[in-house]
Amino acid sequence: MIELSGIYKVYGTAEASSTVLKDISLQIKEGEFIAIMGPSGSGKSTLLNILGTLDVPSSGKYNFETTDVTALSQDQRSLFRRYVLGFIFQGFNLLKKTTALDNVEMPLIYLGVHAKERKERALQALKSVGLEDRADYEPSKLSGGQQQRVAIARAIVTNPKVLIADEPTGNLDTKRSHEIMQILQEFNKNGITIIMVTHESDIAAYASRVLHVRDGIVEREENNVH
Amino acid sequence: MFINAFIQALREIKRNLMRSLLTAMGIVIGIASVIAMVNIGKGASQSITKSISKLGSNTLFITPGQQHGPGSQSAVAIPFKSKDVEVLKESIITLDAISAVESSSMTALYGDQNYQTSVKGIENDYFKIQDFSFKSGRDFTSNELRSGLKTCILGKTVVDKLFVNGENPIGKKLRLQKFSCEVAGVLNPKGANTFGMDQDDVILVPLNMFLRRVSGNENIHLIMVKVKDNIPLEEATVQIQQLIRENRHLKPQDEDNFSVRNMSALVDTISQITSMLTIMLGAVAAISLIVGGIGIMNIMLVSVTERTREIGIRIAVGAMSQDILIQFLIEAVVLSGLGGLVGVIFGISITMIVSYFMHFTLIIDPTITVVSLLFSMLIGIVFGIIPARKASNMNPIDALRYE
Ligand SMILES: Nc1ncnc2c1ncn2[C@@H]1O[C@H](COP(=O)(O)OP(=O)(O)OP(=O)(O)O)[C@@H](O)[C@H]1O
Ligand SMILES: [Mg+2]
Repeated sequence: MIELSGIYKVYGTAEASSTVLKDISLQIKEGEFIAIMGPSGSGKSTLLNILGTLDVPSSGKYNFETTDVTALSQDQRSLFRRYVLGFIFQGFNLLKKTTALDNVEMPLIYLGVHAKERKERALQALKSVGLEDRADYEPSKLSGGQQQRVAIARAIVTNPKVLIADEPTGNLDTKRSHEIMQILQEFNKNGITIIMVTHESDIAAYASRVLHVRDGIVEREENNVH
Repeated sequence: MFINAFIQALREIKRNLMRSLLTAMGIVIGIASVIAMVNIGKGASQSITKSISKLGSNTLFITPGQQHGPGSQSAVAIPFKSKDVEVLKESIITLDAISAVESSSMTALYGDQNYQTSVKGIENDYFKIQDFSFKSGRDFTSNELRSGLKTCILGKTVVDKLFVNGENPIGKKLRLQKFSCEVAGVLNPKGANTFGMDQDDVILVPLNMFLRRVSGNENIHLIMVKVKDNIPLEEATVQIQQLIRENRHLKPQDEDNFSVRNMSALVDTISQITSMLTIMLGAVAAISLIVGGIGIMNIMLVSVTERTREIGIRIAVGAMSQDILIQFLIEAVVLSGLGGLVGVIFGISITMIVSYFMHFTLIIDPTITVVSLLFSMLIGIVFGIIPARKASNMNPIDALRYE
């Protein structure tokens, strides 16, 4: 489904440049659960942002199914994310002073879903992360784990093909982390492809394939059998 | 999309209510002054026109000297004499009524009451010219007029102030600073005129008595004339001008050293002054609208910066730059539009209050109301575009990282 070939990412000017990603090539099949691991500064987030089309590679090819993603304009990439991707961030990134329900409804507004259906789908998504009774709570009144579950509900409410998650458990304790991972694993079983960055190997253990990144290259990969 | 952006905008404004109110203040003041200005202006001019057609349309005012523009009297202002008035009375048949008028402000005393009012020396035709009728008593006898006997006629306001316990004023003696007079009649009330002056706040005395007792000379500074109904004002004006020129032996090349004006000339002067005021107020309104617009731009820029992360999240979940642009633009338009709405409400309230106290016709022009509202929204678009563009051009990664 996803095919990267010869991806480079270079920051800075010609004189003082740093190459963060070096000739990355990889393929991800539909339904996979990928974990990207590696030391700090190795380029994990950069790679994930490119996969999530939030960032663009300096060179190389990125094909999604039959689409040449590197040829898309910024607005076209927005549309691509709108219809195909869902995002979960380390810092939850929920809208402040906005209820859980409104947060989850937000991506549906851009899909042009009408208010009534929007509410139904958002409640359904909150239910799937076990938060239907917190729909009217604002983020400031929710625990970290609950906030991340709202963020997951927001990410999956549009029925994305691929879920992009940068350290989704980075701000959570062990117990909450495993709760979140179980939810993600459940969605993966239902057919959503997940690409996740993590530091912790027991979190990476939920993935079907782990990519080890070091200094901008995929050093090694391993397959997990569950 | 638009509806959602609108709802979102209202939510955002509610969230920062105080800030939004202060921001919209410039627009509120600007729009309120435009609305009040236009409506009051229209109401005032309609009232003036109406009252002139009611009682002043066939009245001419003859004054010594020439007026060049509002307020500037030329140097040679030779006053009229009684004989000038007599000549006019005898020679011009197009006139229905004619009266010299001299006036002065004086304190009237009766019993232990005293009251400052306007005392006017007049002739009997004055009642006809001014459309005064008698509530009780009578006008001046020819004997009183000729020899200037000490009688006076009171307006309702003066009666109310001096005869506090409801006595009948007829036959009572008033003290008017230098002399006393006996009340011969009381006028029916006429209320305030177009300019808000109380027409019943007056004591009328025979002209000759006024000249002798108050002026101490024969000088007359105003002759009021009522032209016959079927005669055009211009015709009578020209006749009067020719006659006075002859009497004053002016050569053909000499300018008139007197002037004959009607109410419409007066209205012209007033409308000149009002249009000057309108321009000035218009400038104030324009400036406050610009300031208001800048205020909105400023607060929107602050808001865009504060909400950088939100913008990043929205772009990440698939908002295109136009979605973000529309969201912030609508927010600016809603903000300025609400300011405009409040301004319209204030403007109409001011119009109602001023019209009530100034006795103007109450006019609320629907066009200016709609135009003002649309204009306030336009301000939102004009001054909201820069912040909205700034928001829509954000890069999602940088926006998401923003602390
Ligand atoms: N906008 C940028 N400009 C310049 N350098 C950048 C920029 N963004 C990232 N980098 C550099 O790229 C390198 C990789 O960053 P990246 O965020 O991908 O690391 P990471 O593997 O996610 O690290 P961590 O585990 O700490 O999140 C870092 O050395 C960082 O300094
Ligand atoms: Mg990172």
